[in-house]
Amino acid sequence: MKKNTRVIKNALIIASCIVLLLTILPIKSNAASETSPLEKQSWPFKGILGHFDKTSLRRGYEVYTQVCAACHGMRFLHYRDLRELGYSKAQVVALAALNEVEDGPNDEGEYYSRLALPSDIFISPFPNDAAARVANNNVLPPDLSLMVAEKAAQGGADFIYALMIGYKEAPEGSELKEGLYYNTAFKGQEIAMPPPLFEDIIDFSDGTEASIQQMGFDVAQFLAWAADPSLEQRKRIGLRVIIFLGIFLIIAIMYKRRVWTRAHS
Amino acid sequence: MTKKQEMTQKQTNKTLQNPILKWIDDRLPIIGLLQREYIDYPTPRNVNYFWSFGAIATIMLLVMIVTGLVLAMQYTAHVDLAFSSVQRIMRDVNYGWLLRTIHMNGASMFFLAVYIHLYRGMYYGSYKKPRELLWILGVVIFLLMMATAFTGYVLPWGQMSYWAATVITNLFSAIPIIGEQVVAFLWGGFSVDNPTLNRFFVLHFLLPFVILAVVFLHIAALHVTGSNNPDGIDVKSARDTLPFHPYITSKDSLAILVFAIGYAMVVFYAPNFLNHPDNAIPANPLSTPEHIVPEWYFLPFYAILRAIPNKLLGVLGLFGGVAILFFLPFLDRSKIRSCRYRPLYRWLLWLFVIDTMFLGWLGSKPAEEPYILWARLGTVYYFGFFLVLTPLISLIERPAKLPASISEPVLKTSDHPRDS
Ligand code: HEC
Ligand code: HEM
Repeated sequence: MKKNTRVIKNALIIASCIVLLLTILPIKSNAASETSPLEKQSWPFKGILGHFDKTSLRRGYEVYTQVCAACHGMRFLHYRDLRELGYSKAQVVALAALNEVEDGPNDEGEYYSRLALPSDIFISPFPNDAAARVANNNVLPPDLSLMVAEKAAQGGADFIYALMIGYKEAPEGSELKEGLYYNTAFKGQEIAMPPPLFEDIIDFSDGTEASIQQMGFDVAQFLAWAADPSLEQRKRIGLRVIIFLGIFLIIAIMYKRRVWTRAHS
Repeated sequence: MTKKQEMTQKQTNKTLQNPILKWIDDRLPIIGLLQREYIDYPTPRNVNYFWSFGAIATIMLLVMIVTGLVLAMQYTAHVDLAFSSVQRIMRDVNYGWLLRTIHMNGASMFFLAVYIHLYRGMYYGSYKKPRELLWILGVVIFLLMMATAFTGYVLPWGQMSYWAATVITNLFSAIPIIGEQVVAFLWGGFSVDNPTLNRFFVLHFLLPFVILAVVFLHIAALHVTGSNNPDGIDVKSARDTLPFHPYITSKDSLAILVFAIGYAMVVFYAPNFLNHPDNAIPANPLSTPEHIVPEWYFLPFYAILRAIPNKLLGVLGLFGGVAILFFLPFLDRSKIRSCRYRPLYRWLLWLFVIDTMFLGWLGSKPAEEPYILWARLGTVYYFGFFLVLTPLISLIERPAKLPASISEPVLKTSDHPRDS
């Protein structure tokens, strides 16, 4: 009799844990349902010891500056952050100097333009949102710094990849509005971004062939890094913290056992 | 000093061997106090691991205060700068990402610990005489925690921050006659804007210290009556208790470490799991998100709000869902504390726990059928449990036989029903 109630009770506890999980999970998966399921890429930054592939990140940065930066800013990144992609100090200075920024006022009270420094944030293609809209059919190209975090519910980096390779002919009979393009990954399938990538649109400096898949993969990984630059450090520290706590837990278990044997005698 | 006080102080003083501690204690009897309350404090010997969640909650409060203070040194409470100051913390401040993820997920872990703590109190009847005030102080803490979490969630000024603030503050407009004025007063203007963010920051900074003060009262009240225990019967002799140290301290340390490992897994491997992705988008008053979803720990009450078609009644339901806990000690007429010995109430309470989780799940769903109907049923059970079942069940329930004392089943392990 007693044993029975215990079994039922344990079952109830497990059931309530499952309900609790169900409470939390759907928050994540609300938005994903409308588009076709994503192909999952094997990202090196997943998993307990995940890390970014630096050569891929550098290629991703090339895709970003040579293609996406025509329309999208990344206002939370500084050129100095590129050091984390494996560029040397001199290389970062040179990469920054490919861009011009407005500065001022100087001692004469004038505004002037100068070459960007590593301490500058990535320059934006447009001076303000209104200018960005006017240039893009009245749709604002969003800032990409946190794009992968924003799209966490749709798959994060997998979503970016799917978006990059998702441009297709519109199916028979459907009519696209002026300035919209058919993309299987985008919600509603009609996106205002013109297909940004074409075969060999850029020359990768490491000689990798610039297929759409390759560029999509690299730029997605680059954006994943941009949204979560502390990922590698976090996972490394995390493992140590958990091992450390685990050792203490073992000691605590032994101590507790020893102390409590006295209580039962 | 009365004769009695003098004697108790002498007693603890005698055990103080260290001359420096003794010197301090003769002038400020704090060492003896700590000794009595945290070393000798007699605790029922049968308390289980659910009794560790008070200690876990205390640690979480301290973690939140420490990480929060450091974050506040880098955060800027201004609508134009708040979002980027948080990004600065995440990217440029040394270990800023660590502080922020600890703080952000700490809120969830804190609520998790307190929810378990609270249901523990309900299951074992810890709210009943003589612990009513202890319980009421606990509910006060719970309310303060909700206010703290809500104001804190607004600070990063993402889309969810902004829209949650808008939705929740707008609830007050349901108050008849003065509603609109109350809302304008909360906002400090005509919409959620810079003054709102500023005052929310002030409140979010202040409230944890208020909580800390109430926690002191909570523990002071606990140490007047002593801890309840899984059998829900009073301590009858010294054999029923064990000194807090080393027995409970060793047990609590173990529980705290297990909890900390779970916490670390979230912080280091799923730091954004509980975070709404829309909060990675800076607040934009011109674009309303598709679904406005509060943090998980508010969801059951959010579901109650949306289940009730009338706005004013909905708001009353939302706050009533928490406030009703204040009255639990007086609604429950049974003399038996622990559900171990309450064969009917035990099941009603489990059903209540599941109902709350079910409501939480519904709160994360869009406000459409069938979820609304389900939420109405869940709401009926939620309030029915407190207002009808809890007061009336004791009329028909026949409690099981209580053990003669706490130590009886523990020390005679052979016939201890729970070890069979
Ligand atoms: C010609 C300008 C232009 C270029 C070049 C461009 N984009 Fe876009 N992008 C846009 C516009 C406009 C939108 C907004 C689309 C919408 O909301 O319909 C957009 C939207 C996006 C989105 C958000 C999609 C969503 O689901 O909300 C992502 C991600 C994105 N772009 C990535 C990129 C990447 C990566 C590149 C470089 C490979 C790039 N874009 C190049 C104009 C551009
Ligand atoms: C900041 C949040 C809180 C902290 C830090 C806290 C802390 C504590 C501590 C340290 C204890 C003693 C250990 C234990 O019995 O678990 C305790 C006991 C208790 N708490 Fe809390 N508490 C909090 C919130 C609450 C809430 C929200 C409630 C209920 C509404 C509550 C109700 C109780 C009761 C009834 C006891 C006595 C338990 C017993 O002896 O059986 N507490 N609390």
